[in-house]
Amino acid sequence: MRARRISGIVRPRGWTTTALRGLLFAVLGLFCLYYLVPLIVMVSTSLKSLDEIREGTLLSLPQSVTVDAWVKAWDAACVGVRCDGLKPFMWNSIAMAVPAVLLSTALGAVNGYALTKWRFPGADWIFALMLFGAFIPFQVILLPMARTLGLLGLAGTVPGLILVHTVYGLAFTTLFFRNFFIGVSDGILQAARIDGAGFFRIFAGIVLPMSVPAIVVTVIWQFTQIWNDFLFGVAFTVGDSNPVTVALNNVVNTSTGVKEYNVDMAAAILAGLPTMLVYVVAGAWFVRGLSAGAVKG
Amino acid sequence: MASGITLSGVFKRFGATEVIKGIDLAIEPGEFVVLVGPSGCGKSTLLNLVAGLETLTSGDIRIGAQVVNDVPPRDRDIAMVFQSYALYPTKSVRQNITFGMQTRHVPRDRQEAALDEFSRLLQIDGLLDRKPGQLSGGQRQRVAMGRALVRQPEVFLFDEPLSNLDAKLRIEMRTEIKKLHQRLGKTVVYVTHDQIEAMTLASRIAVMDNGHIRQFAQPHEIYEDPVDLFVAGFMGSPPMNMLPGKLARDGTARAVAVEGNGAPPILFPLPGRLAARLDEPDGHEVVLGLRPEAIFAAGTELPGPDRFVFERTVGVVEPTGPDTMLVFAIGPVEAIARVRPGDAPDPGTAFSFEVDMTKAKLFDAASGLALGARTGGR
Amino acid sequence: MPVSSSSGFRPGQWLERRIPVLVVSPLFALSLFFVYGFILWTAYISFTRSGVMPVYDFDGLAQYERLWSTPRWYVAIRNLFVFSGLFIAISMAIGILLAILLDQRVRGEGLIRTIYLYPMALSFIVTGTVWKWILNPGLGIERLMREAGFESFRFDWLIDGDRAIYTLVIAGVWQSSGYAMALFLAGLRSVDDEVLKAAAIDGAGPWRTYTGIVLPILRPVFLSTVIILAHLAIKSFDLVVALTGGGPGYATDMPATFMYAFAFQRSELGVAAASATMMLATIVAIIVPYLYSELRQTGR
Ligand SMILES: Nc1ncnc2c1ncn2[C@@H]1O[C@H](COP(=O)(O)OP(=O)(O)O)[C@@H](O)[C@H]1O
Ligand SMILES: [Mg+2]
Repeated sequence: MRARRISGIVRPRGWTTTALRGLLFAVLGLFCLYYLVPLIVMVSTSLKSLDEIREGTLLSLPQSVTVDAWVKAWDAACVGVRCDGLKPFMWNSIAMAVPAVLLSTALGAVNGYALTKWRFPGADWIFALMLFGAFIPFQVILLPMARTLGLLGLAGTVPGLILVHTVYGLAFTTLFFRNFFIGVSDGILQAARIDGAGFFRIFAGIVLPMSVPAIVVTVIWQFTQIWNDFLFGVAFTVGDSNPVTVALNNVVNTSTGVKEYNVDMAAAILAGLPTMLVYVVAGAWFVRGLSAGAVKG
Repeated sequence: MASGITLSGVFKRFGATEVIKGIDLAIEPGEFVVLVGPSGCGKSTLLNLVAGLETLTSGDIRIGAQVVNDVPPRDRDIAMVFQSYALYPTKSVRQNITFGMQTRHVPRDRQEAALDEFSRLLQIDGLLDRKPGQLSGGQRQRVAMGRALVRQPEVFLFDEPLSNLDAKLRIEMRTEIKKLHQRLGKTVVYVTHDQIEAMTLASRIAVMDNGHIRQFAQPHEIYEDPVDLFVAGFMGSPPMNMLPGKLARDGTARAVAVEGNGAPPILFPLPGRLAARLDEPDGHEVVLGLRPEAIFAAGTELPGPDRFVFERTVGVVEPTGPDTMLVFAIGPVEAIARVRPGDAPDPGTAFSFEVDMTKAKLFDAASGLALGARTGGR
Repeated sequence: MPVSSSSGFRPGQWLERRIPVLVVSPLFALSLFFVYGFILWTAYISFTRSGVMPVYDFDGLAQYERLWSTPRWYVAIRNLFVFSGLFIAISMAIGILLAILLDQRVRGEGLIRTIYLYPMALSFIVTGTVWKWILNPGLGIERLMREAGFESFRFDWLIDGDRAIYTLVIAGVWQSSGYAMALFLAGLRSVDDEVLKAAAIDGAGPWRTYTGIVLPILRPVFLSTVIILAHLAIKSFDLVVALTGGGPGYATDMPATFMYAFAFQRSELGVAAASATMMLATIVAIIVPYLYSELRQTGR
């Protein structure tokens, strides 16, 4: 995000200014705490033993740090009837997210390119109609999708979920690429067209290399969305093919046995880790995706 | 009535980059000072410092007798017009103009009276209920002027106010600004990168380069007696011809020898008054500065002292209407002469040029400073 | 009359000119089928007698009558209004406040922004899990406050049918207010610097500059932020499932969870389809005018 260039305006000096400045930092600091405390609580709880949890409070730090909860969350926690932790479900999520992200991004790129740079009659209408798909409440397609997956023999499978995420991610990826391509001058493409380059030559040779920022934003956005999805996962998969969000919810909301809050927290961190990592590594791109999600680029 | 502005030892740094590198400037009350210089040299920054929109790194700024270093913009009794006009897009023209009076709690009737007077003066009284988005560029410019004028401050600051207008409107507004200044008599600091604007408007011009003021003087002096190569090259269009050469003798008289490319050097004889002020020995490397209008077709002007005629092949002929420019090679550079359209030859033909050497300027090749200048130094 | 040979049919050229259409068509067809086809299917089912299995004979508005005579649906609707009203209002208020504060030449702005925004990278399931623990009636905030000396402190909203809906607001705001902040901050930063300088010269202090000049300029940002948050609120499903599971009882049901329960747990496809269609209608009423004006603004 661009920094404000106008920052040097001479302001009246005096104790009110100093006091206001102090207040400013106090408020900003308090909000930092507001956002950070749940993370701190999550981490510290995950490092405590159950006894310590029962004796201490949310904010008391672990006296004897133990990673048992992490090991259990990864390897041995019970998800439904199966008790080998989140590990297999993490793999499910990866096996689902990676192809779905790549597919939806690639299709969105070609689609956005064709719709903005090779504008044929009706292109605007097609875009508007496709864009609408990004905003529908997915409840409205759950029932027919479940039946369609059944007919295709993909019900309850990871490939089925890939299909779902690709199809419904397409609206967003097309939007991202369209917003990007609108800002790209037509001049270069026209020059290439006059030189006899065709649709795919121009795409591969000129458009793709200059679309790296759009690709990064789209990949990050799609990855976050797909990894964090719960609705499709819970509606279209069963047991062994659950993505990690569904598994996490099952771990946390099982009604059998003792509540192991430390395992819950460790599992929550594990499930959130990939997207958190992406955010920490590529935060600026993530923010760009967020504001691109507000329709305009 | 109007306040003068005094800058002493003014520095401004943004982080590690120093943008204003020590400026001293004394602006008289009621003066119209134009800051001119290439883009990025720090003109806007300097103006913002005067306005209080940027904080000084060191030095002092006085408006009138008061040191204003720590005075916020609203208390400096200034108004400013911006390049982008900076109108408030959600406010009507009327609200735009009166906003500054509202924040200062000027009584309603005085606001109305001032709005009335200046909107009529600027011929925007029919537009008061429109939003800026519904105005043309010229109208927006007038509204921005109105917003500045209406409070009748002691000092007006303009940051390239005309550079977003088309050429015709620009000339029109230039004249209006000059009239307004004559009528109101307030101090004006006006930033532009357009040297014609600078020449026509200024009572004094400050030529800036890279955070320094190179010369601060009246327009004719800046034009006739530039203190260095930078000022000489910046002011004037087409620019001054800069011929590299060496001090030499033509018999006993001093001259500048400009090497021809392989051809024997041309000896430009220096006028006695300039030669008398020169301390530099023969062989000293210099730059001979000749404005295009100091070179004309031989024999077309009334004879005068210190004329010098030479012959060259004309490369390109560029008619501009009132004058025709002749481009020709001299030594390692291309020079431009300004001749009457009727005297212009065909390109490629040999032509006799006459130089008025009383208008010649001489600069030290190494330091760029003017040599033998009457005023001398900066 | 001889026909000019240059206008003859050349398959290569014909194909070349139609490649864009040929590329877009299958994708558009996917969208037509999976979005519009499915919507039509769901809408149609809502007009049938479908129960455990879909049946296709038209049954008029019977399912809608059933839907609107189900108390649980009213709870869901009321919850949606309460939740989205509070969620949007509080997120916007926090977002504007933080954006304006961060706009004041704050050292460490980048780090602070990163902290404010990271919850947005998390799944609502993770958010729900954490807040479920923090709000845990026995061991969470309640215990913390009692240990701190407030012996009679009670905080059991999570299991209080009348209050549980507010826990969703708490967690939802925690996750999304940073997003509102980011949108507003980007908006603030897009305001022309010279306009702010003009305001300073005109003598407006920070308060007047923001309320009189900057915030009015940001009206479009307000609108799009409200729309985005409303959209999040209407679709909220994960958070409810993870934090309250719709409970206690169905006290925190929302249309999204209602639909899911009727479709996949109670196998009343007709009612589920009717509720999904109602959700769609709501979103269409909000989104379509917005999209229309946005797309028209960008000139397409
Ligand atoms: N707020 C700022 N932060 C950092 N650098 C700045 C800032 N304002 C101006 N500069 C730099 O100072 C130099 C002078 O800028 P400016 O005064 O706007 O030049 P001019 O108006 O003469 O074109 C430029 O190199 C510009 O990049
Ligand atoms: Mg400037």
